[in-house]
Amino acid sequence: MNAEDAMSFAGTWWLLLLVAGFAIVLVYALWPKNKKKFDEAARIPLEDDDDGGQNIEIDELSGTETTGHEWDGLKELNNPLPKWWLWTFYVTVIWSLAYFVLYPAWPWFGGATKGLLGWSSRQEVTQELASLRAEQKTYWDNLSQIGLEEIRSDPELLQFAMASGGAAFGDNCAPCHGTGAIGAKGYPNLNDDDWLWGGSLDEIHQSILVGIRSVHDDTRDNEMPAFGRDEILDQTQILNVAGYTRSLSGLETPSADLSAGKELYAEQCVACHGEDGKGNTELGSPDLTNNLWLYGGDLPEVIETLTNSRKGVMPAWDGRLDPPVIKALAVYVHSLGGGV
Amino acid sequence: MAWWNQQSLEKNSILLLIGILIVVAIGGLFELVPLFMMKSTIERVQGMRPYTPLELAGRNIYVREGCYVCHSQMIRTLRAEIERYGHYSLAAESMYDHPFQWGSKRTGPDLARLGNKYSDEWHRDHMIDPRAVVPASIMPGYPWIAANDLNYEYIGEDLRANQMVGVPYSDEMIALAKSDLQTQTNPDAEDIAAFEQRYPKAAIRDFDGDSGRITEMDALIAYMQMLGTLIDFKLYDEKANLR
Repeated sequence: MNAEDAMSFAGTWWLLLLVAGFAIVLVYALWPKNKKKFDEAARIPLEDDDDGGQNIEIDELSGTETTGHEWDGLKELNNPLPKWWLWTFYVTVIWSLAYFVLYPAWPWFGGATKGLLGWSSRQEVTQELASLRAEQKTYWDNLSQIGLEEIRSDPELLQFAMASGGAAFGDNCAPCHGTGAIGAKGYPNLNDDDWLWGGSLDEIHQSILVGIRSVHDDTRDNEMPAFGRDEILDQTQILNVAGYTRSLSGLETPSADLSAGKELYAEQCVACHGEDGKGNTELGSPDLTNNLWLYGGDLPEVIETLTNSRKGVMPAWDGRLDPPVIKALAVYVHSLGGGV
Repeated sequence: MAWWNQQSLEKNSILLLIGILIVVAIGGLFELVPLFMMKSTIERVQGMRPYTPLELAGRNIYVREGCYVCHSQMIRTLRAEIERYGHYSLAAESMYDHPFQWGSKRTGPDLARLGNKYSDEWHRDHMIDPRAVVPASIMPGYPWIAANDLNYEYIGEDLRANQMVGVPYSDEMIALAKSDLQTQTNPDAEDIAAFEQRYPKAAIRDFDGDSGRITEMDALIAYMQMLGTLIDFKLYDEKANLR
């Protein structure tokens, strides 16, 4: 018998078999003729005693029957269960019966019984979320419909976008960019004025939507060559380019030949980073002149970037977050350090 | 005294033990059997597939390192969890898990929809030293995962074991398990089209950024980047599965 056979058997006759077995046991236990047998069985513990349970001993002080069991001279009284306990028990039994009727309970063919209340945990949370959305409907509708710039000119909507965008940032963006959005090595600081793919509202919105080198079809992407790994430049050339690149930000590299580096820069780097090294947000190529370094501006780091390239990845949030939430996020992130 | 007499049952410990076993087994079956009725327990969804060999190997590392001790993979039907993590988990999403990784202790965040949420590089940095990317994290580092080569000699047997307990791996998938595992880490591999046919939506790339080797980090990140991404919730019929 394989797993599937076991499942199909369990899903059909096994259940009936168990229910039938349970019913037979119940009928047997409640059948009037069997009452005597069970009463006798209930007295078995008393018959353990030497006298076979014939002489029932009565405790003098309380006047109650004892079980005959003795520990160091103490004897156990054969008291009935306290009434409050018994009644609590009965109430829980009645409660459970009500539960059976009102809530999904009995397993049956094609799923459990639904219960009179028709309650379902999934329905409950779906409705809860829907009613929450309904309360904020005007805001969400406005966020969906109007442009990003207009959101900023509506103080009430801006406040809502900032609050919901901030919450979404904490849940989704903070692990990489940090709770204060100051970033880390490889994860851009969002408070400064340096934007790889542009710092305008629309550009930030687009970056959040499609991500960078993400699995999204329209993802932002660019390809800086791995000059060392792919043997486009040798080690000395890379050192010279690194030195020249650092010099654009005013950093000195005594070991590098800057004029040789400048020539190589003009051959290899200008297409994306521009003659002045200011980069290009259309291509996502960083500005090399502002001394802000995503992977660090130390010589070894710059050499590593030139040798192996970097290719950082930001996930796409399209499909994962609702469109108005992404808009709110864009407004929030733009408020941190966005530009025109 | 006949053996079925209550007295002999109570005076013979072995008989009593057998009796207890039977009674507890019946009680246990009453709790278990309804869940075996998979047809009604598991939603009909599109997109679920068995784990790729690499994902399965990553899942084994997830289990080996005890990730489930601090991380759940179960977004409950509670507003706060849905707003933070995404759509509540469906039974169908763990139907190929043996054993499931729902967990119950939530020291760290829920991981049911971790896939595609962070970059591979983030996962690498984070596994090696969690505080390098999340300063307030209390998660321990797992640097050896990046250092260890993945042992996938028996990955085919692993698939076969899953097949025996009902995961729909075909004999072809089992036979090709090793090469499929290598293919998933190599975007330039030749049999990518056939691999994608066998495992739709599988991400194919060098997960650990160490292109020369297949490490445990490759497997673990491949597994984590898949979590919660298989079902397209735009196609999911919410109303048909209220319960």
